[in-house]
Amino acid sequence: MSTTEHTEHSQYIDSETGKLGMWLFLFTELFLFGGLFIVYAVMRSKYSGDFHHAALELNAFIGATNTVVLLVSSMTVAMSLTAIQKNRPQLAIALIFITLILAGVFMMNKYFEWGHKFELHLYPGSDVMKTLPHGEIMFFGLYYMMTGLHALHVIIGGVLLTIVIFKLKSGKINREHYLLQENGALYWHLVDLIWIFLFPLLYLIT
Amino acid sequence: MMNYNSSPTAPLNYLNHKTGLWSWLTSTDHKRIGLLYLYAITVFFCTAAVLGLLMKIEKFAPGETIMTAQTYNGIFTIHGIIMIFIVVIPGLAAVFGNIFLPIMIGAKDVAFPKLNLFSWYVYIAGSVLGLYSQFAKGHVPDAGWTFYVPYSAEVNSNIVIALTAAFILGFASILTGLNFIVTMHRMRAPGMGWFRMPLFPWSLYATAWIQILATPIIGITLLMVIAERTLQIGFFDPALGGDPVLYQHLFWIYSHPAVYVMILPAMGVVSEIFPTFSQKPIFGYMPIVFSSLAIALVGYFVWGHHMFTSGMSYEARWFFSFLTFLVAIPSAIKVFNWLSTMYGGSVDLKPPLLYAISFIFLFTIGGFTGLTLGSLATNIQTHNTDFVVAHFHYIIFGGMGFGFFAAIHYWYPKIYGRMYNNRWANIAWGFVFTGFNVLYFPMFIIGLQGMPRRYFDYDPKFQTGQMISTIGAFILIIGLIGMISNLVYHIRRGAIAPANPWHGVTLEWQVPSPPPHENFDEIPVITHDPYLFEHPVTK
Repeated sequence: MSTTEHTEHSQYIDSETGKLGMWLFLFTELFLFGGLFIVYAVMRSKYSGDFHHAALELNAFIGATNTVVLLVSSMTVAMSLTAIQKNRPQLAIALIFITLILAGVFMMNKYFEWGHKFELHLYPGSDVMKTLPHGEIMFFGLYYMMTGLHALHVIIGGVLLTIVIFKLKSGKINREHYLLQENGALYWHLVDLIWIFLFPLLYLIT
Repeated sequence: MMNYNSSPTAPLNYLNHKTGLWSWLTSTDHKRIGLLYLYAITVFFCTAAVLGLLMKIEKFAPGETIMTAQTYNGIFTIHGIIMIFIVVIPGLAAVFGNIFLPIMIGAKDVAFPKLNLFSWYVYIAGSVLGLYSQFAKGHVPDAGWTFYVPYSAEVNSNIVIALTAAFILGFASILTGLNFIVTMHRMRAPGMGWFRMPLFPWSLYATAWIQILATPIIGITLLMVIAERTLQIGFFDPALGGDPVLYQHLFWIYSHPAVYVMILPAMGVVSEIFPTFSQKPIFGYMPIVFSSLAIALVGYFVWGHHMFTSGMSYEARWFFSFLTFLVAIPSAIKVFNWLSTMYGGSVDLKPPLLYAISFIFLFTIGGFTGLTLGSLATNIQTHNTDFVVAHFHYIIFGGMGFGFFAAIHYWYPKIYGRMYNNRWANIAWGFVFTGFNVLYFPMFIIGLQGMPRRYFDYDPKFQTGQMISTIGAFILIIGLIGMISNLVYHIRRGAIAPANPWHGVTLEWQVPSPPPHENFDEIPVITHDPYLFEHPVTK
């Protein structure tokens, strides 16, 4: 292994080191959702009929729209990395800004989707929910838990990218040192990746 | 925490290069963070040990002795939560891993020093929240440290606080593991290939992977129980259509590998101690390395042996039982290697070696009784009896605990630059070792006879065993007081320790005691294997 960079202590963490740490962290995030996927798999096989009925309740159009929105946002955040590598911080800021707007659109859609469910009294512990069969309650429970945890990750990713914008403005992230931006983009891809699995599991398989 | 070294002429080291409480609370020096963990863990260990003693006093005689059944339930719950999540899981990795991992691989610090300090604060936050569950309004948690549903989902006590505490503590564990893996991948000194790395770092490497890959599962599981309690999403409660056995699966997918998070670093510690106190290279370096990795790998797939009586198919039980037997093989390989290291060596029976040998003795008893529990037929008799409690404490206390005591006696002169009293330490060891066996061995016997675990009362026919066990608890506590007071007393008053009191050959013995702030003036270049005793010491 190369040895020269280890002896130098600077304010910047070596980029390979920082990225390795981020990748390991992303593994733990995947395992976090993995636990939910296990529960989903077990419950789906136990209550396949109920899951079928409950899934019809979800609006596949909104789900598909959100999938496209997140995929595009993943593209813009990746483009922002190329921009900073080509020493164009203004463009990088603009692209991350677009990513944040798309994140906002995603959350808006989510808000309306959840809001509609709440209007129908389809939320955990409601009177309507209590009348449903166990499997359907389970489906909606998993729906809220999975999309809720995912939405939390969207928010965390958004905060991370906002910090990146400020650091780009102050020049702390620049052509030589853009580890934080790279890790922020990796995190954003994770948010996207998890949604790619949530979307078919909840919306498409009916 | 200040003024360790009073001599003004002494060279500056990590303990005195800056002073004041604030310099400790904001330090990113891995050695200081390790000490912060050590002090926190010591306080929590003493607290939970006293709780354990109280339980034993309660069981001295049948019927209600000093507490009600409900109090007993609360005490065994918080004893478990503190010991497992706050003391034993972080234990060796967070304390000695932090202090010695960077030095042993020839680095100035871990890969992410700020994240390291942050992990400590996360750990403290989780610990404080765990304690808060005892004092918050409402009933103290009484579901045991395993939080089995449906009881934990339905009972009216501060379960959510305790669950959140465990979740936060898991986060600290993940961050430490992540930090260590990156450190070992990126910061080894020039010339230190993977197979020139000492065995304690190797054990931490295997441990860290388990921490990263298993801890998120318990995190999400605890979140689901919280959701079940607060939002009535019945993932696990059969009354709401959930599956309680599914909870047990998810819980043990983490909590069985967690046992290896506890024991692997202890195995790493004794792998350092045997060569040093035999003045002989470790026997079978590569088998020890690969058995650590094998334990981490196979240990991930044995969780089902906690649930043989919970309702699983015969095929699943057969499979988990088989894998449980399989995981005994790498453990046994290590034991034989340690014994072979001593064979023909110039054995020096100092306190660290005493604890290391006790480790082998106790761990072997714990291991064999583990196979008793892992067999499908005998498990039915022993499941949920005191036999399990005895087995568990032989592995965790006899293994990890004695490994921890071995580590503190081994590295104490390096950490503080002072020596403890050898004779005092030997006597304390005698009490600890005797007390431990008198306390836990009778539980094997009454367990086999049918004494259930977690009961505050018992049939009078178990009284002899219970009484002996309680006496053992007192002997053990006396030993612990003796050991800890010896160590604490000599932090400032002990004789000045040389840089290498035990004639060790790994890198931590090449730096001054205590080590300077950045460990090495110049990063060493490694040219040979870790355990080469070129000039045997003649006594």
